[in-house]
Amino acid sequence: MSMFKIFDIAGSGMAAQTVRLNVTASNLANADMVSGSPETVYRPRQPVFETWMDTMQSDPAVAGVRVSGIAASHVEAQKHYEPGNPSADADGYVYRANVDSVQEMVNMMSAARSYQNNIEILNTTKELLLRTLNVGR
Amino acid sequence: MAFSFNEAFGMHPQAISVRGKRMEIIASNLANADTPGYQARDLDFREVLRKEGGNLRTVRTHDRHLGHSETVPEAALKYRTPLQPSVDGNTVDPQFEQTSFADNAIRFQASLMFLDGRIRSLSDAITGGLR
Repeated sequence: MSMFKIFDIAGSGMAAQTVRLNVTASNLANADMVSGSPETVYRPRQPVFETWMDTMQSDPAVAGVRVSGIAASHVEAQKHYEPGNPSADADGYVYRANVDSVQEMVNMMSAARSYQNNIEILNTTKELLLRTLNVGR
Repeated sequence: MAFSFNEAFGMHPQAISVRGKRMEIIASNLANADTPGYQARDLDFREVLRKEGGNLRTVRTHDRHLGHSETVPEAALKYRTPLQPSVDGNTVDPQFEQTSFADNAIRFQASLMFLDGRIRSLSDAITGGLR
């Protein structure tokens, strides 16, 4: 029965949201990272989602999702004058990762809700398939 | 008395199949709730019924064919009109999709119950109510 494809679809959604949660965790973990040069400072990342139809051949309406890549932010690192900091460069400047904690928290909540949505789909589908197995018993 | 299992079960087996198809489509929408540019789709049950001639019955054209195909008419597959379009071009409204999914799941169960009842009746007729 084709309803088994729903497990693949919801699974792909859960996998993609997990990547998003991972990236958000990395961004938050590196929020206070300090570096002596703007090249080596941590740049916040974002996963890029895309619709994925490879395994669901011949059916344009049935589509999973996958992460096509992780994009690093182009926003300039924050430059601070801190001559006392051991990582400071020759002029006394340090560079801080430009992580927006509020935005990351919102991202995390959104990813968690989407993950829950997919679990809900999975549970309902599983229940219906089990009931279908019991028809006529 | 001529008797056909196709007629005994009415439209329910096909209805379950179409409901299953619709579940797949709504699951796709929810999985892609955060994909930029994804356009939510849905199955128009009324349209499927109309295309299938009102009785949703599939015809086997060859003795060696197995079952029926699970493809639905393309015309029945429509794009959703977004209630709150987002900047990235995504037209999935997770709340709306979830209610549609729940609605569809209940109708799926209703068809299952009808089918179950028919099978029980047949089974009773065969065994004379003794199981």
